[in-house]
This record gives sequence, structure tokens and C-alpha cells, in this order.
Amino acid sequence: MEMPRPNPEILARKQAVLSRLLQVLPADAVIHDPAETRAYECDALTAYRCPPMLAVLPSDTQEVSDVLRICHEEGVPVVPRGSGTSLAGGALPTADSVILGVARMNEVLETDYDNRFIRVQTGRTNLSVTGAVEEEDFFYAPDPSSQLACAIAGNIAMNSGGAHCLKYGVTTNNLLGVKMVMMDGSVVEIGGAHLDAGGLDLLGVICGSEGQLGVVTESTLRILRKPEGARPVLMGFDDNEVAGQCVSDIIKSGILPVAIEFMDTLCIKACENFAHAGYPDCHALLIVEVEGSEAEIDDQLSKIIEIAKRHNPVELRESQSAEESAKIWLGRKSAFGAMGQMNDYMCLDGTIPVSSLPEVLRRIGELSAEYGLPVGNVFHAGDGNMHPLILFDANKPGDLEKCEAFGADILKLCVDVGGCLTGEHGVGIEKRDLMSHQYAPADLEAQMAVKDVFDPKWLLNPAKVFPLDASESRREVRVAAE
Amino acid sequence: MKPETEAELAEMVAGLTEPVRIVGGGTRGVGGPEAVLETAGLSGITLYEPGALTLVAQAGTPVADIEAALAAEGQQLAFEPMDHRGLLGTSGTPTIGGVVAANISGPRRIQAGACRDFLLGVRYVDGMGQVIKNGGRVMKNVTGYDLVKLMAGSWGTLGVLTEVSLKVLPKPEAVATNAVHVASAGDAIQALSAALKSPFEVSGAAYDPQNGQALLRVEGFSDSVTYRTEQLKSTLSLIGEITDIPDPTELWQGLRDVMPFHGQEGDVWRISVKPTDAPDVVTRLEADQILLDWGGGLIWARVPEGTDLRARLGAFEGHATLVRADAKTAETLDRFQPEPTGVQALTRGLRARFDPRGVFNPGLMG
Ligand SMILES: Cc1cc2nc3c(=O)[nH]c(=O)nc-3n(C[C@H](O)[C@H](O)[C@H](O)COP(=O)(O)OP(=O)(O)OC[C@H]3O[C@@H](n4cnc5c(N)ncnc54)[C@H](O)[C@@H]3O)c2cc1C
Ligand SMILES: Cc1cc2nc3c(=O)[nH]c(=O)nc-3n(C[C@H](O)[C@H](O)[C@H](O)COP(=O)(O)OP(=O)(O)OC[C@H]3O[C@@H](n4cnc5c(N)ncnc54)[C@H](O)[C@@H]3O)c2cc1C
Repeated sequence: MEMPRPNPEILARKQAVLSRLLQVLPADAVIHDPAETRAYECDALTAYRCPPMLAVLPSDTQEVSDVLRICHEEGVPVVPRGSGTSLAGGALPTADSVILGVARMNEVLETDYDNRFIRVQTGRTNLSVTGAVEEEDFFYAPDPSSQLACAIAGNIAMNSGGAHCLKYGVTTNNLLGVKMVMMDGSVVEIGGAHLDAGGLDLLGVICGSEGQLGVVTESTLRILRKPEGARPVLMGFDDNEVAGQCVSDIIKSGILPVAIEFMDTLCIKACENFAHAGYPDCHALLIVEVEGSEAEIDDQLSKIIEIAKRHNPVELRESQSAEESAKIWLGRKSAFGAMGQMNDYMCLDGTIPVSSLPEVLRRIGELSAEYGLPVGNVFHAGDGNMHPLILFDANKPGDLEKCEAFGADILKLCVDVGGCLTGEHGVGIEKRDLMSHQYAPADLEAQMAVKDVFDPKWLLNPAKVFPLDASESRREVRVAAE
Repeated sequence: MKPETEAELAEMVAGLTEPVRIVGGGTRGVGGPEAVLETAGLSGITLYEPGALTLVAQAGTPVADIEAALAAEGQQLAFEPMDHRGLLGTSGTPTIGGVVAANISGPRRIQAGACRDFLLGVRYVDGMGQVIKNGGRVMKNVTGYDLVKLMAGSWGTLGVLTEVSLKVLPKPEAVATNAVHVASAGDAIQALSAALKSPFEVSGAAYDPQNGQALLRVEGFSDSVTYRTEQLKSTLSLIGEITDIPDPTELWQGLRDVMPFHGQEGDVWRISVKPTDAPDVVTRLEADQILLDWGGGLIWARVPEGTDLRARLGAFEGHATLVRADAKTAETLDRFQPEPTGVQALTRGLRARFDPRGVFNPGLMG
């Protein structure tokens, strides 16, 4: 993966930039020692590393504004960072950049149950947002598997999803407002506790903009009352195609499960070894979860089980207790970790129309044989969001490159059947150069025009999302301006 | 101008020498230049997969055609777009492009989401006559910037939509509605909030002061609907007397279309606020008639012609849109809430990039 050359003129001004930053931030919030900036050299896409020139950890919106104003004046690129769990290299620095981490900004600013929202600083972790409202039986719905670690800041930037977004939607459907600092240091507030936008839906385009439009410091999030209960059912099939058909039939029946998760043989085995959830030994496993009162759950599950039976499942098991449900989910939520114990892995997240599921799985199997790399599939089947996990050995020369080529083929396949490159992890650097496969030059130009408006100098996370050659002329302007 | 294909439309836009008003069905009552660009020629459902809950249609497709195709499979547009004709006294055939361009969402918005939340992808022609696509037809898509959301609710100021792709949902098996009899807007909001805070999945929460009823809709499978309406009754029993409204489908259609205002004189405003602010805002409005939806977060207000409602309200959290007024009033009072400087700069910047010649719906949206 190529990154732009660091600008030597910026590197040469490190001391000057540092001393200006020290004027607006406490000393312990400015990290400049190369031994310490190493901590920010990568996110969860660990194959790519590069320590930043400097890292700053502001404590409030004013400090963020000061930092951005200075970097804007100095022409220094800024890479916003939440918890660094991006799987797409979204938070990967360049050597001439300043990492702006919001981890110290993790306060709850307001909780309002009557109006069903919470306002938080964006460094707060996803799970601790739910933690803050749990005593009133509320929760924040988007639940990425990384929810213990990832920050709301990163969730907004990536428009993250989770297992339960089939019913509750992804981040953008649960985000009501933001306070955001523009690259020039000015602060805008967009949206709030009311429901819809008064003008253009700027919030909609900010969510998912991968830290390229502004630094979000505060956010208003929708919170929901917890359902009375929830229960999963496990079903195993001997054939991916049949499992795919079963998913489609459940959806068509009018039942809206909160989650429909799919795992294939390799993942089932890995997760079972890891979590001992009693997963059956089969080709395709579905976890279908429904919510409501006991009676409502019984009713929905019996409808679902009736549908499943028509597809001759090899296993059909309703969870009998809260412990069993927790175990079933533990297995699914630790899929990445479980696969990680087998080897290094690369996780993709293309989305496909649900109807193409069997075809895509078959093609992935064929590609796996061609490349000689095993792949496990675990994904959100209800919405077609795939997570193929390609296993490779980072220490074996050539394996990473082979894995990347394999991954690119899978993602192109997703686009070709009518889907997209990424359903929830974002483009970052990982899928940047594949964007031209999904979008024509004019489509990319329209997106880059949005960045031109928000960040005319292209200083915010500039080397991400768009193919480097497509964004080059814009980034060149910056270098030339030095 | 009335193009029949996207390519023809693109060519027409590229050749424009004067600004145009983009018209779908012409039912949502927005003014603009004399020259008209009609989208009704771009009509038809291009893809419908009930098992994947997705539908793709050309922008000029009548909403009624879409609703009929969905109904045949027991599905629906869950965001419940209102029909503006009764309120505005317009005729014409509402199009799906107009619904999306105006982000029109009805009572179910509080539970299911707005039109923008169901919009999966768009194709549009920008102000230079280029065809642009964004998003797609899958439920989850974070590939590049979300211009889909930006186009929803842009009222034709950024481009002419040619195709939209939507997530659809199953029609509920059963519907029930509780009416809580309340004496004031304050009590009504208390009832609506209490219901929305409960785990019983309320899919409509409105208040019509004319008959003093806070209305709560519950939808789903029959047994579940029965169970949840009973639970709601006991949750709300202290707030007021509760009655069942049999066959509530028409009632909600009326609320969706602001029926109580139909045929009544005056200007109509739509005010979006934090629900618990509603009672205070309603007092300050001194309106001739009001109707509350979205748990109190959406206030419809009817006031004498020419009233500067924003001046009356003073500073408040939210925004007010002028929905119905004569041309003079619409010109003097901005239709859309003026934005703070920083936000306005972004809006103007985007518009200047998407439509550099300013040919689409000039004058609309600041
Ligand atoms: C084991 C594992 C499981 C995962 N499971 C899921 C899953 O189920 N669903 C899912 O969607 N994702 C998942 N992810 C991916 C990742 O957790 C999400 O993308 C998450 O939202 C990133 O949050 P973060 O705080 O770590 O952001 P970071 O990695 O720090 O940054 C991500 C992006 O956000 C930008 N950014 C950070 N802060 C700001 C800010 N204040 N303002 C503007 N931009 C900012 C960065 O520049 C970067 O582009 C998983 C990751 C791991 C490692
Ligand atoms: C009795 C009566 C009362 C009226 N009252 C008013 C009034 O109060 N104020 C006023 O200004 N006019 C009023 N009009 C005029 C008339 O309603 C409008 O000027 C015109 O018909 C608007 O139609 P429309 O395209 O907005 O409708 P719709 O097709 O419903 O469109 C709604 C919005 O979406 C845009 N749009 C539609 N399709 C697309 C697309 N494919 N891509 C992008 N954008 C699209 C439109 O430009 C418009 O902004 C009235 C007319 C009548 C007959």
C-alpha cells in the first residue's frame, strides 16, 4: 500500500510547530519523543505502520480548535484518532502529520430520558455510552464487535455498524447532532436533540467521512429503551445456499429479527474452540435473535423455526437460558479473535445483495483454492454485510501481498454482483485504490468536492478514502503552498 | 422540459441557459423560476426484491405505483411519506423523487426512521449535466462519502434525482391505537414521552388538541399488539383516561397528511423541536391551530397569513419551515430556517460545487 511521501519542509519545521502547540496545550498533552509517538504508528490494520511527527491529546473543544488553527496556519496535515481500532487504516499517520487523539475527551455531558438522547464527548467508548444509561434500562444501539474499545468519534467517522443493526440501523441512523471543529479552527454545531435537519443534511455526510471533513468533539446520540428480553436460536445447515434461502424467507415473512448472523465451517470451528458455545459441526450456521416479552419471543421464534424446518436444518436449537444466549453471542463476537489465534488474518467487509449470497460464497471458495489461502466467513446475513477473514502468515515473504490481491478480488466481486466495497469498516487506505472499481471518476469528483468545501487545503486525513492519483492534484496544492 | 431518459435529462441540463424549477408531481408547493424541468417522464420500478427488502425506481415514478407494488408483497415504505395535496390544495401525482428530494416522513419516523434513513442509493444529474451515482442497493454501505443523505432533503438544489433505491419493510399484521385524554399540551407530552420511553415499541405518537387526545399507535403481530397496548394502558393510566380507537388506519393517514388543517385559511408552518420543549413553544406560537406529531418533536402550526412566526418564537432550539403561504409571504419570510454563519457557508459552498451555474431551484433553501 502506497502512502504519499512526507513533505520535508514540514518535517524541517517540527520544532516550530511543537513550540506553538505547547503554547495552547499542557505539556503532557503533546507527544513529540519518537519513542512515544510510536504508540500512534498504526490502528488495527497493523500491517501498515508509520509514526506521526507529533501527537496531541486535547481535553476539550477549545483545545482542539487551537490545535487545528495552528496546524492550518502551518500547513501541517492532521489525522484524527479515536481508539485506533480501525480495520481500514483510517487512523494511520503519515510521517509529516499530527495525530489528534480525542481519548481524553470522554465525558457524558447530558442524559435526557424524556427526549431519549445522550450528549457525550466523542472520545467516550461505545460500550460506556450504554453503560451511562443502563441503570435506566436504556442503551445505545449500534454495537460494533469492538465496542469495548472503539470510541464514538471513530464510530461516527466510519459510520460503524454491529450485529444488531438489522433492526436498529447503523451509526448514522442513531446520530442526532455533532459539535465539530473545522480545519481552520472554527466550530460548527449541526443537528441536536430535535429530529431532522433544517437545511441540507450535513450531519448525514459528516457521518462516514472518515475524519476528512472536521474533528467531531461532541455528539448527540439517540438512546432507546431496552427490550423486555431477547433470545437467539441457532440453526445449522449442510449447504450455504440453503442457509441463504432461509435468511431470505425469514425476512420476507414479516418478522424483523434484531440480528441474523452467518458463519461458515472454518469460523464455526474456530469460534467453538474459543467459546465452547455448543455450535454444531456443519457447513453454515445461523444465529437469529428476536426481542420482546417472553410471549412475543416465543411467538416469533416459533414462526422462524417453522420456516427453518422447511429447509431441513441439521441442527435447530433455541437458547434455553441467559447463560446459553451469552455463550452463543460470545462465540460470534469473538470470531475475529478466534480466527486470529489460528494465524494472521485480514478482515474484509464488502456488502452484497442478500440474493447473491450463495454465488459469492462459491466464488470466494474457488478464489481461496486459487490463492492457496484459507478464508473463513462470518457476517451479518440479514443485510448482506460479509466479513471474509483471509488467513495468512505475515512472516512469510509474499503472503501479505498475496492476501491483499485475494482480498481485492473478493471486494471487486462484491461490487460486480451489485454490492459495495465496505459495509461498515470504511475505506481508509485499505480500499482506497479500489474505489475506482465502484465509482466512475465523476462520482469520486463529486465526493471530493465535498471535502474541498469543508477542508479546502486538504489537510485533514488527506491520503485516505480516494485513490492517491485521484486526489493528488488537490494534495499537491497543499505542498505547493508551503 | 420533460426528458424521457437520464441521458436526455443530462443533455438538457448541460444545455441550460436559464435557471429551472425541478418538478416531480408538483404537489409540494415550492415556488421558483418560470422554466420547468419535469421528471415525470422518468418513470418505472427498475428492481424489486422483496426477500432483500429493496426497491429501485426512477425518480418520476408515482408514489402510488410504488405503494401498490409493495402492497402486493405485503410490504410498505416504512417512513410513511405524507401526501401534501390536501394541505396545500395542490393537484398532481406525487413522485418518489419529490418524496426523497424533500425527505418527506410521516408519523412512523419516530420509530422506523425518516426517508433519508431508508434511502440506499441515488443517481442524479448535477448542475453541469453530469450523471453521478452514490450509494447502491445494499443495506450497509460506507464506501466513500454518503451523498445519499445529502441528496435526501436537498429540495432539488444540488441535482436532479433520476433514480432512487430504497429499503422497504413488511407491512405489520395488526395495528392498534390508544387515545389518552389529556387537558393540556404538557400532559400530552408527558403521555407521549412515557410511552416512547417504554419498551413497547410505539410507532406513532401524536397529539391533536382539538379533541384533547394523545394518540399512541402500536403495530406488529396481533398477539404482540394486544399485549403491548395493554401494557401501555397500565403505564399511562395515571395520566388520563384511555380509550381504544378501533380501525385506526385512517386516523393515522389523517395525522400524516395534517388533515385537521385541510380547507382552513392561513399560513402553515412546520416546527422541529426537542419534544419536551413543545408545550412552551406551542404557547409562544399563539397559533390558530396546532397538531403535534413525533412525540411532540414535530409541531404543525396554522397562523394568520403573513405572520412572521420565527420572530414570534424568538430564539429556540430547532427550526421552523414555512410550508404553506402565498407567494409574497414565501418571498419575504424565508421558507427554510436561516442557518448560523458557519453552517450557511458550508451549504452555500456545496451548492456552488454541485450546481456552479445556479440553475436548480434558485432562491430555495437560502
Ligand atoms: C476486533 C475488531 C472488531 C470490529 N468490529 C466491528 C464491527 O462489528 N462493526 C464495525 O463497524 N466496525 C468494527 N471494527 C472496526 C472499528 O472498531 C470501527 O471502525 C470503529 O468505529 C473505529 O473507532 P475508533 O475510535 O477506534 O477509531 P480510530 O481507529 O481511531 O479512527 C477511525 C477513523 O475515524 C477518524 N476519527 C477518529 N476520531 C475522529 C474525530 N474526533 N473526528 C473525526 N474523525 C475522527 C480517524 O481519522 C479514522 O479515519 C472492529 C475492529 C476490530 C479491531
Ligand atoms: C393551490 C396551489 C397552492 C400553491 N401554493 C404554493 C405555495 O404556497 N408556495 C409555492 O412556492 N408554490 C405554491 N404552489 C405552486 C406549486 O405547488 C409549485 O410551484 C410546484 O408545483 C412545485 O412542485 P414540486 O416539484 O415541488 O413538487 P414535488 O414534485 O412534490 O417536489 C418537491 C420538491 O422536490 C424537488 N424535486 C422533485 N423531483 C425531484 C427530482 N427528481 N430531483 C430533484 N429534486 C426534485 C422539487 O424541486 C421540490 O423542491 C401552489 C400551487 C397550487 C396549485
